Amino acid sequence: MSSNNQQLVEKQKVVVVGNGMVGHHFVEQLAQLRTANPAIEITVLSAESRLAYDRVHLSEYFSGKTAADLAMTDEKTYQEWGVKFQTDAKVIYIDRANKQIVTKNDEVIEYDKLILATGSYPFVPPIPGKDRDHCLVYRTIDDLDDIQASAKVSKVGVVIGGGLLGLEAANALTALGLKTHVVEFAPQLMGVQIDAGGGRLLKEKIEALGVQVHTSKATRIIEDGDECRYKLCFSDDTVLETDLILFSAGIRPYDNLAKSFGLEMGERGGIVINNQCQTSDENIYAIGECALWNNFIFGLVAPGYNMAKVAAKHIMGEQASFTGADMSTKLKLMGVEVGSIGDAHAKTTGALTYTYENQPEGIYKKIVVSSDKTKMLGAVLIGDTSEYDSLLQYMLNAIDLPASPEALILPSSGEKPTLGVDALPDNAIICSCHNVTKGDIISSIDQGACTLGDVKTCTKASTGCGGCTALLKNVADKEFSSRGVEVKKDICEHFAYSRREIFDIVNVEKIKTFDELLASHGKGHGCEVCKPLTASILASVWNDYILKKPHLSLQDTNDTYLGNMQKDGTYSVVPRVAGGEITPDKLIALGQVAKKYKLYTKITGGQRVDLFGARVEELPPIWQELIDAGFETGHAYGKSLRTVKSCVGSIWCRFGVQDSVAMAIALENRYKGLRAPHKIKFGVSGCTRECAEAQSKDIGIIATEKGWNLYVCGNGGMKPRHGDLFAIDIDDETLVNYIDCILMFYVRTGDRLQRTSVWMDNMEGGLAYLQSVIIEDSLKLTDYLQAQMAAIIGTYQCEWKTTLSDPEALKRFKPFVNSSKPDSNIIFVQERDQIRPATTDEKIAQRSQTVKITNAGKIAEEA
Amino acid sequence: MSEQTISAKNKHWLTICQTSDLIKDSGICALIEQEFEEKQVAIFHLPNTEKQVYAVGNYDPIGQANVLYRGIVGSVGDDIVVSSPLYKQHFCLTTGKCLQEDKYIEVFPARIIDDYVQLFV
Ligand code: SRM
Ligand SMILES: Cc1cc2nc3c(=O)[nH]c(=O)nc-3n(C[C@H](O)[C@H](O)[C@H](O)COP(=O)(O)OP(=O)(O)OC[C@H]3O[C@@H](n4cnc5c(N)ncnc54)[C@H](O)[C@@H]3O)c2cc1C
Ligand code: SF4
Ligand code: FES
Repeated sequence: MSSNNQQLVEKQKVVVVGNGMVGHHFVEQLAQLRTANPAIEITVLSAESRLAYDRVHLSEYFSGKTAADLAMTDEKTYQEWGVKFQTDAKVIYIDRANKQIVTKNDEVIEYDKLILATGSYPFVPPIPGKDRDHCLVYRTIDDLDDIQASAKVSKVGVVIGGGLLGLEAANALTALGLKTHVVEFAPQLMGVQIDAGGGRLLKEKIEALGVQVHTSKATRIIEDGDECRYKLCFSDDTVLETDLILFSAGIRPYDNLAKSFGLEMGERGGIVINNQCQTSDENIYAIGECALWNNFIFGLVAPGYNMAKVAAKHIMGEQASFTGADMSTKLKLMGVEVGSIGDAHAKTTGALTYTYENQPEGIYKKIVVSSDKTKMLGAVLIGDTSEYDSLLQYMLNAIDLPASPEALILPSSGEKPTLGVDALPDNAIICSCHNVTKGDIISSIDQGACTLGDVKTCTKASTGCGGCTALLKNVADKEFSSRGVEVKKDICEHFAYSRREIFDIVNVEKIKTFDELLASHGKGHGCEVCKPLTASILASVWNDYILKKPHLSLQDTNDTYLGNMQKDGTYSVVPRVAGGEITPDKLIALGQVAKKYKLYTKITGGQRVDLFGARVEELPPIWQELIDAGFETGHAYGKSLRTVKSCVGSIWCRFGVQDSVAMAIALENRYKGLRAPHKIKFGVSGCTRECAEAQSKDIGIIATEKGWNLYVCGNGGMKPRHGDLFAIDIDDETLVNYIDCILMFYVRTGDRLQRTSVWMDNMEGGLAYLQSVIIEDSLKLTDYLQAQMAAIIGTYQCEWKTTLSDPEALKRFKPFVNSSKPDSNIIFVQERDQIRPATTDEKIAQRSQTVKITNAGKIAEEA
Repeated sequence: MSEQTISAKNKHWLTICQTSDLIKDSGICALIEQEFEEKQVAIFHLPNTEKQVYAVGNYDPIGQANVLYRGIVGSVGDDIVVSSPLYKQHFCLTTGKCLQEDKYIEVFPARIIDDYVQLFV
């Protein structure tokens, strides 16, 4: 320790052996907790040549992921956290008396607390020949490199072991192009998780996928092959030829250190720990797959993470204990859905089972219930895991079963008894990926989440594997509706209706003004929420000129003045530049106007030009000049179509396959002026290189050789969302038809200020539902939607043009009713050769000079 | 900040404009030029309320700009309010109180006499 540290308390040294998923999670937890108490020094020793990576998704290494993609941390992150680390540093010795460890590089490191997170290693049965070349295991990235290398010079591969990992490995071998076999010692596949019936069906399904399964086979010896590299000789005297052998016959805890240095061990291995994850030496903890708790080893990552959390807290002096974990699993193996819950083998005394099997469709379901048929004990699901969530909840929360429990798995001949979410206790885990309970969801709603989307953002629920989406929605919806009072869909205190309901009222009752609506359906005097909302609906339904007298007072200032108000009360001016295409003359005209009125000029993120700093009274003359030069309003102020961003496309680009610019211009002109719940942006790219970033737009269009791919509901902004692929290779006409309907459907059903991305995230049935409404016309709505869009397109007007020809409307642009002086509080200063609003200090400084600066010389110069 | 210094006895009803200059359920702005300072007054016309006309300072103390007359008017409970066009806080048109923050704006007595709008300034 350096001398200037001497006045500090001696640091507590925490040494972590193993940097697998759990070891890393421990480091992360401790590093976070430590911020309150920096007097802890963390050292990590990894036997592998790299820092922690995602072993759970290891197989994705074969489908294109790199080691860097799988990495869970990197050297820089550990350095930032102040964590010391060494790779290729296997620990070989523990000196408990002196609290030291020794690495294989003979380095001696002291510890106060030692964490064993050594995980496990693949068990290779003692078959003669097992150590020959091309006999491999499936555990680390290095193993996968070996498998890949061997597969290159092999044609046939055999996986020894038909458990969960073995099947995953078999999948990998098929993906590498090998003819693949699975050899299992037991009479069935996945014997740990599923029962014999399920195993039989799984075998059929996997064989249908081209992998041959050999059960009840014990390998005696590995010999040289006749056609292949090797020959497996089984105890029943049959043989199987193969070039590559992959052992996946189970895992064994890496407990050799504990064994050699006198820590208490389980009878069949594993380092014994207590509820705080301490071993028999209180200064040594064991977590993850090397630890044995309650005579049980947890071969999954979630329980390991829990142990990591508990150990980190315990070291920091906080209360925490590990109390076991549920081992239920739901997964897709080679495209086959498999689910296993609790006591899948009905080992509990008195347990009763119900089984449903549908051989033609390859579905097998079994539930295991208590002897009195009131509680769920376990389940096996093959081929269809749609009931997994609710069965799991029945088991985890000991919820009383319905009178005929079999109804839970029988195909819906009648009404399926659905698990009322009310029945779930607050500690019921809804999303296991992120450990989100029903209580967490409720409290996120208490704290202000008012849509499903909000709940997802706050709790992270349903952002992992996505398996809990339906359940999450049930819980959240129930919660929303149960508190009708606080989280009602009412738009504001003046109307007890949602935006959608108001839309229908306006439409059906042919309401044309806010006053009519307020008198018939509202109370009070309205507000800044219901007024613009009504204006927007009136505009969508009737497409009236937005500044018509009865609507004038409803609009936000941006809509009233047809510009965006800036911080100092001036406005911005954004003319439409459809598709981003602009002639030199128009560009010059823009420049001349900006120069004449001394406006700050900036290229926007939407492929057009924004002119800032126009006072209200300057807006009409500025726009008059722009309109004279051939411009029209860009609706930068409206909840309406903003820009259709384009790339140059086939007209110039050597890769372009369609004319993206022409399409962008056509679409921008088609939908300009359309009022919507929120702003709408499009992008059109001329080829798959996607230079227009269309997939981040509400409507994204990408040219293909055959037509266009349509993406919907993308978003940049605060919470980016990648658009969903809605339709492939469609022609111009279909494209426009679809967009007409999608936009109109959004205008009708979207909530106030809800972008299409959030609209989609909250849509029951999601993309598939939207596709069925628009493509299959499942609601028989598309004719109507198209007609409505056609009506709106037919009535488009440039709002600035209309305003300029209406002397009444122009009156509003006078700064004062009784004076034509400008607002003296608007003061600019120069920066980088343009104006910007003065800061308060600058204003005070300038005021104290003289009157002459009140305008900062910004009165229009005559040319 | 600079408080109003002119004493009440110097105040009088000042005719600002005609009622036809008002905009129903919306605001206009008047410039009052007094000896040492200019004052901007936002005047709102709500014909469906008892007082019909309301007048408050145009300066938004939160957004720090002269913009209040361009806000949307309406009600919050029983209060008649304007919502600032910058950051949407509500100011009560009868008391000048901001409903969200501890801020006040000036309130001016206003009336309609014949066809004219007058402020007491
Ligand atoms: C001018 C511009 C920034 C720039 O200098 O480039 C801009 C400026 C403003 N943006 Fe933006 N946005 C601008 C491009 C974008 C983009 C990029 C794009 O369009 O490609 C995005 C992300 C893409 C997206 O929307 O998905 C963007 C996401 C936002 C958001 C967040 C929206 C969201 O869904 O999260 C807001 C806030 C809102 O709308 O509620 C916002 C709001 C605003 C407002 C209106 C804020 C305000 O109320 O004053 C800004 C005033 C504009 C003005 O006075 O004219 N702006 N804004 C860009 C104008 C583009 C145009 O030509 O119309
Ligand atoms: C292909 C595959 C798929 C899987 N899929 C899932 C799944 O879908 N869901 C799930 O929950 N789990 C899954 N698992 C299991 C999951 O990966 C493990 O539960 C988890 O990785 C255990 O973490 P750990 O940190 O305890 O052990 P490990 O990740 O094994 O890490 C232990 C580390 O310690 C190192 N080490 C050992 N001895 C020493 C020593 N003496 N000195 C220094 N370092 C040492 C090892 O080299 C290793 O790097 C899968 C595993 C595999 C292989
Ligand atoms: S990012 Fe924020 S600051 Fe920048 S323009 Fe958009 S809204 Fe304004
Ligand atoms: S359970 Fe995986 S995302 Fe919720």
